[in-house]
Amino acid sequence: MSQTDIQSDIQKTILKQQKAEDRRKLMLNGILLVLLLLAPFVMYPVFLMKILCFALFAVAFNLLFGFTGLLSFGHAAFLATGGYTTGYLLSNFSGLTTEMGIIAGTLVAAVLGLGFALLSIRRQGIYFAMVTLALAQLVFFFFVQSPFTGGEDGLHGVPRGELFGLINLEDNLNMYYFVLVVFLACYLLVQRIVSSPYGHVLKAIKQNEPRAVSLGYKVDRYKVLAFVISATLAGLAGSMKSVVFQLASLNDAHWHMSGEVILMTLVGGVGTLLGPVLGATLVVNIEYQLGQGPLRDWVDPILGAIFVLTVLSFRSGIVGEVQKFVRKNMG
Amino acid sequence: MSMIFGVPMAVLSGQLLIGIINGAFYALLSLGLAVIFGLLKIINFAHGAMYMLGAMGTVILFDNLGVNYWVALFLAPVLVGIVGVLVEYFLLRRIAGQDHIYSLLLTFGVALIMQGILTNIYGVSGLRYSMPDMFKGGVNLGFMFLPYYRAWVIVAALLVCFGTWFMIEKTKLGAYLRAGTEDSQLMQGFGINVPLLVSLTYGFGVMLAAFAGVLAAPIYSVTPVMGSHILIVVFAVVVIGGLGSIGGAIITGVLMGVVEGLTKTFYPPASSAVIFLVMVIVLMIRPHGLFGKEA
Repeated sequence: MSQTDIQSDIQKTILKQQKAEDRRKLMLNGILLVLLLLAPFVMYPVFLMKILCFALFAVAFNLLFGFTGLLSFGHAAFLATGGYTTGYLLSNFSGLTTEMGIIAGTLVAAVLGLGFALLSIRRQGIYFAMVTLALAQLVFFFFVQSPFTGGEDGLHGVPRGELFGLINLEDNLNMYYFVLVVFLACYLLVQRIVSSPYGHVLKAIKQNEPRAVSLGYKVDRYKVLAFVISATLAGLAGSMKSVVFQLASLNDAHWHMSGEVILMTLVGGVGTLLGPVLGATLVVNIEYQLGQGPLRDWVDPILGAIFVLTVLSFRSGIVGEVQKFVRKNMG
Repeated sequence: MSMIFGVPMAVLSGQLLIGIINGAFYALLSLGLAVIFGLLKIINFAHGAMYMLGAMGTVILFDNLGVNYWVALFLAPVLVGIVGVLVEYFLLRRIAGQDHIYSLLLTFGVALIMQGILTNIYGVSGLRYSMPDMFKGGVNLGFMFLPYYRAWVIVAALLVCFGTWFMIEKTKLGAYLRAGTEDSQLMQGFGINVPLLVSLTYGFGVMLAAFAGVLAAPIYSVTPVMGSHILIVVFAVVVIGGLGSIGGAIITGVLMGVVEGLTKTFYPPASSAVIFLVMVIVLMIRPHGLFGKEA
């Protein structure tokens, strides 16, 4: 056999392997999709929607932390801003259809995100985390004081209304499928962003910022855009959450929420696509299960312990560790 | 009664005093953060929890063992300092060399654990600690009434702040610390036990927080969550002052307390947010903080 033959053989095998992997991924995604479609018949839809909202929140956060390397400790601000805006609009303007309320909430969160980004983007690492944290605290105090947020009580009885004025969202199943569609669309969007040339520049910035600068990339612009996209999606998660629970509360604005989304992302796997989704599912479940049982009062210390354990022993998170394992043993 | 901008003099000076006292706490806490950051490059998210431990410890020591204020002023920081050394030795050391973000997250987890456990035991409503007898009462300065204890807080905090500044900037031990910050490998080469230095520094920074906690016990409500709010404010103070400057941390701390007090006098609704507003403005004008070096 000549050398070119061998080479083309190798290429063929690689192609075949790639195709097999693609097929495996497609199968996995297909199975997940079917599970998600069937889930509300097995589990309580509102609980599932809670998971989806937090999963979207974590996916949004991960775009910034996992793929750009910027740790925001202020993402609660966007979740709450989306939630409050949507909640306020839907409660006070009955002519508004639900999706308009959600879009408005998302846009306001996006604008806020731009403001945050412009103020913080020149700082790096832990400094960036502190600045975003303090900015989010400013937003928190704003919500405590403003007349339209209901102060400590929050906004109650937000009407779910009708999607496009047609589909009744009071029905939990309708609501669930709406949330699912939005979630999947956002997930695919993030997947697309991450694998686009833009996403590759983000990863380059994460790996080595001075190198990215010297290659001629306007790094700050890339980072600002990533921040705004992340804030927008976080706002969308908050908007949907306020419609699902018909409630917008100060809890969402508290800095503990910013910590929680970090935990979700970290546990699931920073910088992986599926990680934040898995992490959100886990954390929401842990909180719910513990909240039911005798360990009701120990939720915070247990979450803290999970935090410590994750940081100490599996920093790449569940999905990250599985990927490592697969690469080592099957690659 | 004399008025300044439509506010009675007594009210203004009263708020100023409260501002200076809050500022003294901000200074102590941001100083501890600055010391820890200086050598370990760690943002100590557990700082608020350590402050809380100092205050809770004072009350618990008194209630259970009858330990008086003066002993607690020494004992509580030492105990918390030991907790700090243990945290450094068993947890933080294991992720040394990783991205600094992870130490922030680790200490955040530690804070959650401490705060959560104490909340379970003592509830969120808090403990009562009565003022030591010798501090009851106060002195009338003519334009305002100055309670003895508040005067003591200011004096004690400023003394400790100055002492720390002096130790780090002017003594041999401080020189080791600063050199360790610059190049820990080289220091190790000179035969200085850098890991020990790191442990002790973390313990010392945490002691400062606990000391602030003891000072706070008689005048603030002592609850397991008392540290979580003040911590964020102190972070803002640190951002305003700029990391890496010990003196900057102290001055900015006191300054921000005063700014907060003045805001409470003239426009109360903004008082809890004003420090964060100042932070935003400072970030726009001097991104590396008032006293920070260009990063």
